[in-house]
Amino acid sequence: MFSFCTNPETLDSLRWLACYTTTPKHANLYVSVVVVLVLLAITAPTALGFGFAGATAARSRILPLRWLGKAYISIVRGVPDIAFFMFFVIALDQAIEWVRHQVVCPDWDEPIRQGNDFIVCAAAKMPLSQAPQWVHETYGFFLAVLTFAIVFGAFAANVLYGAMNAVPRGQIETAEAYGMTRRQSFWRILVPQMWVYAIPGLSNLWMVLTKATPLLFLLGVEDIVYWARELGAWANPNFTAYPHDDWRMWYFLVLLAFYLGLTRVSEIVLERLMTRLSKGQATTGGEVLRKAAA
Amino acid sequence: MKKIVLTAISAALAGGMALAADTVRLGTEGAYAPWNFVNDAGEIDGFERELGDELCKRAELTCEWVKNDWDSIIPNLVGGNYDAIVAGMSITDERDEVIDFTTNYTPPDPSSYVAKSDGVDLEGGVVAAQTGTIQAGYIAESGATLVEFSTPEETIAAVKSGEADAVLADSSFLAPIVEADAELQFVGPNVALGGGVGMGIRESDGELKEKFNTAIQSMKDDGSLNELIAKWEVSSQF
Repeated sequence: MFSFCTNPETLDSLRWLACYTTTPKHANLYVSVVVVLVLLAITAPTALGFGFAGATAARSRILPLRWLGKAYISIVRGVPDIAFFMFFVIALDQAIEWVRHQVVCPDWDEPIRQGNDFIVCAAAKMPLSQAPQWVHETYGFFLAVLTFAIVFGAFAANVLYGAMNAVPRGQIETAEAYGMTRRQSFWRILVPQMWVYAIPGLSNLWMVLTKATPLLFLLGVEDIVYWARELGAWANPNFTAYPHDDWRMWYFLVLLAFYLGLTRVSEIVLERLMTRLSKGQATTGGEVLRKAAA
Repeated sequence: MKKIVLTAISAALAGGMALAADTVRLGTEGAYAPWNFVNDAGEIDGFERELGDELCKRAELTCEWVKNDWDSIIPNLVGGNYDAIVAGMSITDERDEVIDFTTNYTPPDPSSYVAKSDGVDLEGGVVAAQTGTIQAGYIAESGATLVEFSTPEETIAAVKSGEADAVLADSSFLAPIVEADAELQFVGPNVALGGGVGMGIRESDGELKEKFNTAIQSMKDDGSLNELIAKWEVSSQF
């Protein structure tokens, strides 16, 4: 990176550190920070969408839909994340390839399942095996987003389901008295008011999600914890120009600072959101706001 | 040449794909110097990188390297994320039930113990090994207390910190570490494990296996494989 980096052994410690932290290997750590943040930014709203759909289905008047919502919430919440990641992602990947196989190669005569192996024709591979590596990585990334969204969506669904039930019945009754349809009272009365009950539960989920990213490595997406461990591990002088002792403690301290920072930022944002949502609500929080304003 | 078979999940969820593709994707761990590791330039390097590139050249294949966690390296092979495992994987019967192996590209070599002092109890003490390796399987049966770690360098760190009395791993992996670290030394007798290291291939990929077998044989015949082994000091020679 820097011009003085050609012979690291001769450098003083500050320059050595400057060279060390700018090797292409180290850049992986910085990239993984971005990957994790992008993943969180995409996953959180997607999971919330799944949660909202799940909660709405679970309290639907249509029986099969209600079953579907409740089954989603209880099954996904009950399966360990790691098993879900191992099973669901592989199953989803195979399902996609199976469908593509049926469409692209209708005259394929060999069985798709041969013992352990799952064989589809080359044109049905997802992504195609000659596709560049970044396509594979992006595909893996979106599989990860989807899996995270489904898992965390189930928890969010349960939180939202509870929040919807926590809105005082009197509010809905009033809406009905004004002649609103069920749909209108849902969107205009229930949904705007339920968030204040949902935020504490959702903020817990968000915090857990920010720390669940090491699961990504099961899908081949390398996160910050993976790189901190790899880079911090004792570096053998035989295989690197920058040998060092076991520095994992320092790397993990940096990770600690990163996560605490992320937590602090999240707390500030969530607190503001909570204040905003409490305004005018018949809750203790809303009452405090009313008194402060008066 | 570490490592045993993965969980039943791998077998149950196995998937794959047809061979006809133009690009052969090679999966490796990237954390097992000198076999395979990530160099300062951020690229996969080591004995298996050079070997794999040469084999692909001889077999007239276009190859691409993929890094994958050791724990899920077999499920992702049968799941079709890549077409071959080139990750210092010893040929064992348990693994052979799930995937196929090419002929070995290094001879069966002993594993060794490394500890901080000479007097440690290898039979009854605490011994570290990487999860899912042939060494971990061996320790579990030897009577010593096994502590498992998911990456190779964590097993070394455990010995240095005193968490484990010794570590059992491939001699070739331990040798450069012992050489560079005055605190550590080889102890006890060597243990013969596994049937040499080969490439892991899906059982349905017979054609690819044959291509690599031919390429490996040609490298054995002209001595270039022995040269590579000597260069990286990964094992004894053929």
